[in-house]
Amino acid sequence: MWLIRAFEEKVSALYAARQIVGLLHLGIGQEAVAAGTCSLLRTDDYVFGGHRSHGHAIAKGADIKRLMAEIAGRATGYCAGKGGSMHIVAMDAGFVTATGVVGGTIPLALGAAFAAKENGKGQVAVVFFGDGAGQAGPFHESLNIASLWRLPVIFVCENNGYAEFTPLSAHTLVERLARHAQTYKIPSSTVDGNDLLKVRDAMAEAVRRARAGKGPAFVEFLTHRLRGHYEGDPAKYRELSQLAEWKAKDPIARFTRELKRKKAISDKEVEAIKDEARDLVERAAQFAIDSPWPAGEEVDSQVTA
Amino acid sequence: MRELAYYQAKFEALHEIMAADERVHLINGTFLSLSPHRHVYQELVKKYRDRIMSPPISELGFCGLATGAAMAGLRPIVDISTGSFIFEGWPQVVNEAANAFSMSGGQTRVPVVFHLFHGLRGGGAAQHSASPQAMLWNNPGLEIVLPSSPRDVKGLLKTAVASDNPTIFVDHVQLLEVKGEVPENDAPIPFGAADVKRQGSDVTVISTSYMVQRCLQVAEKLSAERISVEVVDPRTLVPFDMATLMTSVAKTGRVVIVDETHQSCGVAAEIAARIAEAGFDKLKAPLRRVATLDVPVPYSPPLEEYIGPREDRIIEAIRTVLR
Repeated sequence: MWLIRAFEEKVSALYAARQIVGLLHLGIGQEAVAAGTCSLLRTDDYVFGGHRSHGHAIAKGADIKRLMAEIAGRATGYCAGKGGSMHIVAMDAGFVTATGVVGGTIPLALGAAFAAKENGKGQVAVVFFGDGAGQAGPFHESLNIASLWRLPVIFVCENNGYAEFTPLSAHTLVERLARHAQTYKIPSSTVDGNDLLKVRDAMAEAVRRARAGKGPAFVEFLTHRLRGHYEGDPAKYRELSQLAEWKAKDPIARFTRELKRKKAISDKEVEAIKDEARDLVERAAQFAIDSPWPAGEEVDSQVTA
Repeated sequence: MRELAYYQAKFEALHEIMAADERVHLINGTFLSLSPHRHVYQELVKKYRDRIMSPPISELGFCGLATGAAMAGLRPIVDISTGSFIFEGWPQVVNEAANAFSMSGGQTRVPVVFHLFHGLRGGGAAQHSASPQAMLWNNPGLEIVLPSSPRDVKGLLKTAVASDNPTIFVDHVQLLEVKGEVPENDAPIPFGAADVKRQGSDVTVISTSYMVQRCLQVAEKLSAERISVEVVDPRTLVPFDMATLMTSVAKTGRVVIVDETHQSCGVAAEIAARIAEAGFDKLKAPLRRVATLDVPVPYSPPLEEYIGPREDRIIEAIRTVLR
């Protein structure tokens, strides 16, 4: 979680310093969902993300140097600068793809789950999406097919309360998106997404079922992004009191407190973890900034295989 | 040589493909539209029941599913069936499947085939008669294939499945009964290889899909008037074989392009532009397009016939460029 936080804070700083230019969506405050979920997955499990997926890719094991370079649009990035922040692909880590389209990867995850079922090696597919996707067509078509064909896919909804700039209540009268899963007869739960251990508990059950061939699961995590929809978004639609409330529920601080309460970690160890994360991220940032820009002629080299 | 109907050649290809590669799954449809030859599909189902999937009417869902399955190593063939229905799965085809290879910097291959029947089919009206290949050609990252004969449908389908790219297989219901020679153990037909379907010396007629058959009939008719028509079929739009086309254009100096997509920004428009750029100096007369009129496809038979690339319009265009 610290690595994700440090990474995204660095991305934000580089953006403010105009060393990164591009459309960025940060998930600061939502790290527990990414870390808790991916900590239960194998490298050969398939993970799909959305437009706010730096954290998901890191949690799945993506190399942060290549990831930072990609976000910085450099030739050394995972996608050679063609994908950028919203379209992260780290095949080596099993992070199949993210998408800039709300709900766009949900049907793709069905396909990976279909392939996983055919492969018969107990792989699962996990797709992360936000509450905004719950009102889109691919979400509903995919839940139905996953249920009908008992596919090993886990729908992970990060309900952070805002679909782009508007609260969920402006988009739907359905307060808990897990309700849709019930409609399609998919086991579901709504869980505190800022509590790492609760995330793990909910996901462990979902992953176990999917691996055992018992079909899909849907987990809705209640969480909050502490930044705007995109970097530069002043987020004036959000009450300051609400922001303060969620800051108090910061998943990293909470988990650290919990570890300290159990005397499982010392202050010194906490500082060491933070320092290590910052150090790794600084090196990734330096790598990205020192990397060359892609050459214009390269654009037509990879249109088709 | 052995003669087969188009639908037979197509299903022979499907049998051979399914037998050769366990990664291939058929998703949705029957690859026959409403043709009465359902038994050929049933034979396939009997043999490969586990790899033939019938999803609900959820194009967005199953086009995405096939794309994701291809990303994860399978090689699905989706039957969109009526070409107009690709619009229901459009975002997954043009925004996910088509972009994935480039957007991932070459990390992700998407070996999926989207098969569809395009064009005027007899009473399909505006929502069951689309020819979406021009729109798809405007969207880099897809390969686009249009067979026009039994031999081509077999050879091109095999290449489509072997391709590591998302491929649009553009079929036409009016072709299903067409008969033609198909050699036993015929080799797959490579993409990007146009085929001169009839040799001629006066005028080059470039056409695709079912229109190739119509143009061959026109060529035969005009031969009685000692007009020698060369019929060239590009067979694939992406990749596109410009060399074969230009060889023919250089020979005749007169060009008519016949295609069933709409006139504006259609397949004929793009081919015309390419010829103008590559060989304007080779043309002895302004080239002509015969495409579908720029109107939503109407239902009533005389109206539907009126808007298409009719035989009389093709003949008139040929006479015009020969003047």
